[in-house]
Amino acid sequence: MQKDTTPSIHIMRSQLGRARGLGAAKHGAAHWWAERLTAAALLPLSLYFVLSVLLLKGAGRAAMAAYMGEPWNAVLFLLLIFAMFYHLSMGLQAVIEDYVRKDAKRIAVLMLVKAGIWFLGLAAAVSVLKLAVS
Amino acid sequence: MKDVREALMVGRNSEGKLVRRPLSPHLQVYKPQISSATSIFHRITGVALGAGAVLFTAWLVCAAAGDSAFSVIQAIFASWIGLIVLFGFTLALFYHFCNGIRHLAWDAGKGFELPDMHRSGRLVIGATLVLTVAFWLIAFLVG
Ligand code: HEM
Repeated sequence: MQKDTTPSIHIMRSQLGRARGLGAAKHGAAHWWAERLTAAALLPLSLYFVLSVLLLKGAGRAAMAAYMGEPWNAVLFLLLIFAMFYHLSMGLQAVIEDYVRKDAKRIAVLMLVKAGIWFLGLAAAVSVLKLAVS
Repeated sequence: MKDVREALMVGRNSEGKLVRRPLSPHLQVYKPQISSATSIFHRITGVALGAGAVLFTAWLVCAAAGDSAFSVIQAIFASWIGLIVLFGFTLALFYHFCNGIRHLAWDAGKGFELPDMHRSGRLVIGATLVLTVAFWLIAFLVG
């Protein structure tokens, strides 16, 4: 069937209702700030991570445990994990919202990705804690 | 009711006739420029670093799991394929890091003039290469 491309408006809502439906959810600024704050936090934290990788190059498990046994390292790794997965969650949400157009599919993909991020973030954090106290 | 976004694609022209609003030209029409290239690379590296986060977690989980699991993942990282993959992740991280600073400067309202933007774009590419090479030189030469 040929798609009808004649311009027409089939909408039973007032102009005001339409504008309201598209208006601010009143969450935009908080989301925007969280994105920037996690990005700013990741600047020093990712440099610290790069340094840690160089220090731990070729390390065995004992050296890893000793490293995380230093409270500062455990705390910095936990902060890194929190900032990174929070930032990743918001970043991937922006990408998904841009490219997945169908509502049902978009919501499903968002839920899957967020669930995966919670799973990974907790797994990483629990691992650091276990190494820290082992 | 039609999709609201679809309804908003329809407007009136100066004669009061309903018309479809024009779309902006497709991406392929534009010549690749440093502005568009650095922008899409920020997105690509961000998503790639998401895959890196999986590897990062695997590294920590293996370390927590025990000696044998950790020696396996360390051996994978030290293999040729592992090193190539890690090289890619350092490139992505340093690019996203440098261009992220650029983004944060824009968010603060700085650096929007075209010549500034082109200069900072080239700076980001240069700094990414320098940081990546420096990282691997240190990794191979020190310790
Ligand atoms: C190293 C420090 C980092 C900084 C300074 C930084 C900065 C930023 C900024 C400012 C944005 C928003 C860009 C925009 O306005 O469109 C962004 C987006 C993003 N970042 Fe990061 N980031 C960093 C690390 C990371 C890491 C480690 C990951 C992944 C684990 C990541 C994943 C993403 C993703 C997926 C996006 C969304 C891309 C898009 O919407 O196009 N970032 N980053």
